[in-house]
Amino acid sequence: MSPTAQDAQKPATGEREGTKNEAGTVRRRSNPGSSSGTNRGARSESLLFGIPGSPTGLTKVQRNVPADEPPQLPQNSELKVIGKRVSRYDGNYKVSGTAKYASDVRLPGMLYAVFVNAGPPHALIASIDTSAAEHHPNVKAVHVIEHIRGQAELQDRAKEQSSRYPIVRYAGQPIAAVAATSLPAAIDAARLVKVQYETMPFVISVEKAKESNAPLVFPGPAAEEATAGGGGGGDNVPQKGNVRGPSPGRHGGGAKGDVEQGFAQSDAIVEAEYRTQVQTHSALETHGVVADWRADGLTVYASTQSTLSVRDELAEIFNLPKSKVRVLTEYMGGGFGAKFGAGNTGAVAAQLSRKTGVPVRLFCDRKEEQWATGNRPDSRQSVKMGAKKDGTLQAIRWISHGTAGVGTGAGTSGPAQNLYRCANVETEDYDVFTNAGPGAAMRAPGHPQGAFGLEQTMDALAEKIGMDVLEFMDKNDDSDARRQERLIGAEKFGWAQKRRKPNSDPGPIKRGVGVAQGVWYRIVNMDSACEVRIHKDGSVEALSAVQDIGGGIKTVVAQVVAEELGLQPRDITVRIGDTNSPPGPPSGGSMTTTSITPAVRNAAYKAKELFLTEIAETWRVPADALSLSDGRVSSREGKSASFKQAASALPIEMVSATARRSPEYGQRQQMFLGGVQFAEVAVDTETGIIRVEHVVAVHDCGRPMNLLSLESQVNGGILQGISYALYEDRRLDRNTGVMVNPNLEEYKIIGSKDIPQIEVHFIEDYLARSSTDAGGIGEPAKIPIAAAVANAVYNATGVRMYELPMTPARVLAALGKVKAAGGVA
Amino acid sequence: MIAPFEWSNAQSVQDALSQLDGKAVVKAGGVDLMDRLKEGLDVPSRLVNIRTISGLDYIKEDSGWLRIGPLVTLATIAEHPVIREHYTALADAALHAATPQIRNMATVGGNLLQRPRCWYFRSDQFHCLRKGGDRCFAQDGENEYHAVFDNELCAIVHPSAAACALTAFDAKLQIQGKKAMREAALENFFVRPEQDVTREHSLAPDEILTEIRVPAPSSTTRSAYSKIAQKESFDWPLAEIAVVLEQRGEVISKASIVMGAAAPVPWRAKTAQETLTGKRLSEETARVAAKAAIQGATPLSENAYKLPIFEAAVRRTILAAGNMEARNA
Repeated sequence: MSPTAQDAQKPATGEREGTKNEAGTVRRRSNPGSSSGTNRGARSESLLFGIPGSPTGLTKVQRNVPADEPPQLPQNSELKVIGKRVSRYDGNYKVSGTAKYASDVRLPGMLYAVFVNAGPPHALIASIDTSAAEHHPNVKAVHVIEHIRGQAELQDRAKEQSSRYPIVRYAGQPIAAVAATSLPAAIDAARLVKVQYETMPFVISVEKAKESNAPLVFPGPAAEEATAGGGGGGDNVPQKGNVRGPSPGRHGGGAKGDVEQGFAQSDAIVEAEYRTQVQTHSALETHGVVADWRADGLTVYASTQSTLSVRDELAEIFNLPKSKVRVLTEYMGGGFGAKFGAGNTGAVAAQLSRKTGVPVRLFCDRKEEQWATGNRPDSRQSVKMGAKKDGTLQAIRWISHGTAGVGTGAGTSGPAQNLYRCANVETEDYDVFTNAGPGAAMRAPGHPQGAFGLEQTMDALAEKIGMDVLEFMDKNDDSDARRQERLIGAEKFGWAQKRRKPNSDPGPIKRGVGVAQGVWYRIVNMDSACEVRIHKDGSVEALSAVQDIGGGIKTVVAQVVAEELGLQPRDITVRIGDTNSPPGPPSGGSMTTTSITPAVRNAAYKAKELFLTEIAETWRVPADALSLSDGRVSSREGKSASFKQAASALPIEMVSATARRSPEYGQRQQMFLGGVQFAEVAVDTETGIIRVEHVVAVHDCGRPMNLLSLESQVNGGILQGISYALYEDRRLDRNTGVMVNPNLEEYKIIGSKDIPQIEVHFIEDYLARSSTDAGGIGEPAKIPIAAAVANAVYNATGVRMYELPMTPARVLAALGKVKAAGGVA
Repeated sequence: MIAPFEWSNAQSVQDALSQLDGKAVVKAGGVDLMDRLKEGLDVPSRLVNIRTISGLDYIKEDSGWLRIGPLVTLATIAEHPVIREHYTALADAALHAATPQIRNMATVGGNLLQRPRCWYFRSDQFHCLRKGGDRCFAQDGENEYHAVFDNELCAIVHPSAAACALTAFDAKLQIQGKKAMREAALENFFVRPEQDVTREHSLAPDEILTEIRVPAPSSTTRSAYSKIAQKESFDWPLAEIAVVLEQRGEVISKASIVMGAAAPVPWRAKTAQETLTGKRLSEETARVAAKAAIQGATPLSENAYKLPIFEAAVRRTILAAGNMEARNA
């Protein structure tokens, strides 16, 4: 790997400022492959650019392109496979149960391991007695954790009483693990591990943690390492007590102008505090691995969003060469940002496998998943925004406090800094440590929170200056993509007919509509490569370490290869999720499709050239006289054969080409993905129940690659967002610090009957940046919906909801039907 | 993880009873039991599966009674034409419980006898009063889903939707002991915390519920049930109401109103019933009754919001029972 690629892989190294993930985001954006490809030569090419059907339309732009890049693809309407609705490559395997996920892996002689978890939320471990567990007849090994992963660490360990074991900083923190011949035996034996605690005072509420005499989660500055999905605050962020910050604005905007002057020039000012709750990732497959340590190397079956990050972390922990660690993720049961690196499960399972000499399976149970494996931090956003009567946004001031528990990354100012043009912006993001499970990057870290505050304030400002909010957005949003999205969305949704004055319905059930926008960063990871093989029997394989976390990249890989070779996606065998293959990007930050598809196309293009060169020799025609389409090889002179027939003439068993992704074409600049979402709700003002009835979403993601899987991702983002808006809430008991709903019953997730009618549209947004020009969709899909629903609730009732989730208790309190409950927070 | 236990397929009620030695537990649909086993709340030596006993899953009308076998599933009750027409509140209560998958497995007997869903009770990390501990963690803890009546000692809410509806219908239970059969009015069958905080009902460990009997309604009886929950799919109620009205001419001659998710037992709104009796049903009388239904509530720190929900739901359910749609609702 080139140094450049490593930088892109570990974006936060050396310069970790700003908030979780977004620091990484910035580094990734500014860094990709500045030197790579420079010795390949370049050609100047006129490339498709723009949005078909929009006022600005489809035009051309001149760019320097590495000389060996394939020619630009035409727009989607001229393609056969890309940009169409293509069924999921492995859908049949998944719905029939044939697909084997990492948690399904059972190896001969495999042991089952389970964690021993901390009871108290803050304690020094005085002693751990594992002897009874070790004497259990079915136990093969016990491992006591000496280095806890996935959370912030005290920078100066001298500030804390020295201890052999990590300090317990939240209830549920893993302490040790027991490996036995069966899961029941492991659970039995885990109960035999005796832990003596010296408990310490703890704090779980942000308000209390901010107080000067609050118990300290860390008795000095603490910081967290970044993951491949982002994460970690910098080493240079000030910390006072439990409060760490402000993180300097590093979202691409930063502080600018003079906000006080901006407010002075405003005709209307809206000031409010918005609050959001902790959401857990709640992937169906929990965190875990099966680790198989052998003399000749370590093989790990992992539920991960980045096979390379698991390999790299294990290689580092055990001081193994990367070549001796193999990580496989054939199928993956969801991650949403929390599954990067080996983590505690990976590190401990590998230790246990090394100790016992047999494979070890260690997967969290649902409680551990809820306690300890990550969450979306909560937030309190103090927001002040001003605008002129003509709709010009004048100033944004944004001060945000949030807790990622014992982690960092609770910043929320990304949308405020990036969504609208505003001359005067000031943001401060603070992390507040509490004795709660660590936050982790979660589907657009900081953004659903930030959009909830920003887009409600925009809605309120628009009302104050007497302007339709879409017009207000038009005045302040420079994005051509979103302008077009607002236009399409308003028409499909029927905005003009449906948007009435707030509180227009006379009865107890009130309907209303709202709109909100989101913005996310176009992130490119340069560890993106692919090998394409064409076999003598005409079969085709594509190989990469990239993993499919559910977004459907396997299908897209097949599409790209098929398009290039004139075949159908079903003709391509896709082998991904294996670090033995060429490197692949992490699946986080909506970077997978953006990063890997150009590598896939470049490899397919090179393989095609090799293939046609061989066929041309056999056919005794010039190679450039041959073309591939509709499953056939054809020469200019009219000779034609099926792909399979032609391949049978190969002089060697297969031709193969490996290619990597080129750096983004053109001048380096921060680019964005985004979307606009419209929501219609019915609010029962007597019970406080909100039902979302209809959603229209319009999104951009560069060149849309597979409309079917894109739709699915947007559907998923909207559902996860409505679930966030109305239901999900990690609840810790205020008196003990223990989570009271560590399950999927009282931790309420949207169900089938709560799902509205959802309509999804995409624009084609040709950017002339890569050989596919594809972009991502995972994060943008989730960002706007909670804000859109909240705006619709306001439109329905005339009462604004400042806190998530919008439960009946909060709706009734906002409507003045009941006093706000003292402790509902 | 579930501790090992024996499994026994009972052949008859007597066979099952003979196996109930205090450490064995009866298993019907197994829905609630599975959760308890997984959490380690129950550690039985044996599960006595009574689903293998034939003849306990009937629904029949018989000399003034609707007789329901305890193994009838919620799905069957929800769809049964007689129940749907004459005991609408019961059919709707069954229909709105849990999920289709659970309703296909869960029996009405098991639904009545299930243990509470209080998140402190359900967690092995809290040794609460109901489990023999010395405190109710909900009192000064996270109590937004807890009881608003009769909650001083223990603030669970009774979890059974069927209990709410069947209590409103004045159902009776047939209970078979090792030696004798007894009958109990459902309403008196449930145990309030001050009677015994460790149990929700008075079925002895060596007794089996063998039949549920519901008195046949008069020709003027109408009923309705409503469930108010955050989610429509797979959620427990914030409030549920069953209303049974008998009318004589234009006047309500008898009103039965029971609230679920309100108290540790199905909670009869006696004052509300009294305000309706002898009145003509109208928006106004329903409103007055609904107000009366929440009188005397003692909400905890975070659940006062349930009172306006109960009030609205009682009013709407009374009107629905009287075939009067609530205005704009």
